[in-house]
Amino acid sequence: MHDSAFQIFVNTLLANNFVLAMFLGLCPFLGVSGKLDTAFPMGLATTFVMLVASLCAYGLNLLLGYFHLEFLRLISYIVIIASAVQLVEMVLKKYSPKLFRALGIYLPLITTNCAVLGVALFQTAREYDFIQSLAFSIGGGLGFTLALVLMASVRERLQLSNVPDLARGTALSLMLAGILSLSFMGFAGLGG
Amino acid sequence: MNPSKTDAWEEFTEGIWRQNPVFVMVLGMCPMLAVTVSAVNALSMGLATMVVLVCSAGLVSLMRKLVPKEVRIATYIVIIATFVTVVDYLIQAISLALYDALGAFIQLIVVNCIILGRAEAHASKNPPLPAMTNALGMSVGFFLGLFALGAVREILGAGKLFGVALFGANFQPWVIMVLPPGGFFVLGAWLLLFSWIARRKLHKQPGKQSGKPAEATQNA
Repeated sequence: MHDSAFQIFVNTLLANNFVLAMFLGLCPFLGVSGKLDTAFPMGLATTFVMLVASLCAYGLNLLLGYFHLEFLRLISYIVIIASAVQLVEMVLKKYSPKLFRALGIYLPLITTNCAVLGVALFQTAREYDFIQSLAFSIGGGLGFTLALVLMASVRERLQLSNVPDLARGTALSLMLAGILSLSFMGFAGLGG
Repeated sequence: MNPSKTDAWEEFTEGIWRQNPVFVMVLGMCPMLAVTVSAVNALSMGLATMVVLVCSAGLVSLMRKLVPKEVRIATYIVIIATFVTVVDYLIQAISLALYDALGAFIQLIVVNCIILGRAEAHASKNPPLPAMTNALGMSVGFFLGLFALGAVREILGAGKLFGVALFGANFQPWVIMVLPPGGFFVLGAWLLLFSWIARRKLHKQPGKQSGKPAEATQNA
């Protein structure tokens, strides 16, 4: 892996978008994308957790490698992520109680967001160095936010349109996601 | 004997049909869409999830009186992560090719909402046997869902099933189906089919109220 940090950033942001190309973080993607007002902060909160998780995971991986405890990797990653989420939760509760309530159950659920654990696992699997991990997590987080915001905008428009009753709900969201994903495939090859 | 048997059966079938995690509750979609490019991948993923789900349900249920309420989620996650690590190493030992094909998605079983959802909603409130039966039913439901998705995508996208070519040589594979958008489309189509069937059933017996499945999705 000798990709430059910028390449990784662009690649994870667009061509290999976490949600639309790698299927990571679909639960919040479908759950919180109903309204633009909650989608955007949710994306940013997830980005922040990803960044923290990625940095901690990088350090932790070195530590585990030093002590030859690689089999503890998964368990320690998940504990780190849970703590990071707890941190975000406390900060949000203090500074923006309104947003805290709006995000509701989805905030603690960032812990079980595959995208967050995915960042930690993929950066380990691909043996990214520190800068690369940084670019990977920020790109992934912003890509997640981008997908969330796009989806939320489309779904807000969709509420005004006449949809067959049967398709309303998750099926329709999935079809939408498919079309979005199709258009993101146009970015393929970008950023190597 | 008889009532307890039907109870267990009820417990088991609940996950397969009425609360099918894939088609009704729409949980655990990340691994579902990512690995279902072929039927073999889908089946092995289903099997791995099954092992983790049943084992963790059993252990969570055994420990349900020991764990304080405040730290229960963290405890469940650590239990699940332990079993996933075991499965991860097992698959690596059994088939390296499969391990490479599934990649990080085996480890991502940890964050599969189905497992944590079952631990929280069912296993933490029931004795080990019903909890494991329920988990087994759920994982069979998940297994079937994965297979339905993987088989359709493989047939349409590659013209094969389990690697065996189904059509003649001049079959033009519908490549988009094995690419990411295809995953969304196929799952969307399955969901449409299921809600259509559910609606027809509802029409046949108008007295029976079926719960709204879409609402149950979000709380795991």
